Amino acid sequence: MAKIVVVTSGKGGVGKTTTSAAFASGLAIRGFRTAVIDFDVGLRNLDLVMGCERRVVYDFINVIQGEAKLQQALIRDRMLEKLFILPTSQTRDKEALTAEGVARVMDELHGEFDYVVCDSPAGIETGALRALYHADEAIVVTNPEVSSVRDSDRILGILAAKSRRAEEGKEPVREHLLLTRYAPRRVQGGEMLSLEDVKELLRIPLLGVIPESETILQASNQGIPAIHMKGSEVAAAYEDVVARFLGEEKPLRFTQPEKPSFLKRLFGG
Amino acid sequence: MSFLDYFLGSRRKSASVAKDRLKLILAHERSDGTPDFLPALQEELLAVIGKYIPVEKDQISVNMERRGDFEVLELNVLFPDQH
Ligand SMILES: Nc1ncnc2c1ncn2[C@@H]1O[C@H](COP(=O)(O)OP(=O)(O)O)[C@@H](O)[C@H]1O
Ligand SMILES: [Mg+2]
Repeated sequence: MAKIVVVTSGKGGVGKTTTSAAFASGLAIRGFRTAVIDFDVGLRNLDLVMGCERRVVYDFINVIQGEAKLQQALIRDRMLEKLFILPTSQTRDKEALTAEGVARVMDELHGEFDYVVCDSPAGIETGALRALYHADEAIVVTNPEVSSVRDSDRILGILAAKSRRAEEGKEPVREHLLLTRYAPRRVQGGEMLSLEDVKELLRIPLLGVIPESETILQASNQGIPAIHMKGSEVAAAYEDVVARFLGEEKPLRFTQPEKPSFLKRLFGG
Repeated sequence: MSFLDYFLGSRRKSASVAKDRLKLILAHERSDGTPDFLPALQEELLAVIGKYIPVEKDQISVNMERRGDFEVLELNVLFPDQH
């Protein structure tokens, strides 16, 4: 029976797709059968970040509308045997994401996978609601910045009110805070909210901190999920996130600035 | 903070301004949402109603809705079949 994890945020451009790709890959590296689904109908970025855009024949919407079977639409990952991608359509609109259709696909995935990772679109409308509806757990991706924190808080309210678990009066969706694009030096300078600030404001458990890094751009340029960028801070940070998600203890890393040189300390840098 | 900042006197850091603004706005926006006592209210109502009529947990639902200027508390109890 699959566990369904939504990667959500309210705000756009905070790192949901980057995180969905890295996190789903991380689960598959650990040996779990994992599917990652793009709910961002009309934009379709997950296939690019995963590097499988040229192998898309059928998509999520085709399956919902009965034009293709789920097995025809699922794309096996290039690097990981246990990972499958369900891309979305670029030409339809989000109304095509019917509640019944999504439920049917989730039902089918349930029997086949250990984890289903749902990459949510931005906003708090249909697409985002469909993505979070079936979730057992939610990774709330947040940047240390005012509008992102506020939108995350709204998404937490929606998870508590509009998810299937909420509607059926079940145990609530388990919420995890993932702070991304974190710049320790700017935090130290007092120009950026600290992880303690964001934790205190949002009041949900912290799953991890992903530093702001150029490695992310290099990874997405090549269509390689960031967790595969060997030796980089972001890959290590995403590995820690997966480990903590699976219940392992991992101390936070990359949350303190590297020691600045003496001159930098004297004149500011 | 650099040596120069130190001597120019510390202006208030923008991150702490951000935090204070967020505290206010989140408190305000959270108070508009569904109140968090609903699950507890549902449990207690279930206990009270259960004293008189046998009902199961999934036969009762409590919702709070905003309709225009009003807050409407809606209570639904599904009675078990008597036959
Ligand atoms: N940790 C990070 N450091 C630097 N850039 C990042 C980081 N995470 C994401 N980005 C960049 O931010 C942009 C938005 O990321 P994306 O994952 O597409 O966000 P979303 O899916 O939330 O809209 C992309 O250009 C991505 O490369
Ligand atoms: Mg995205």
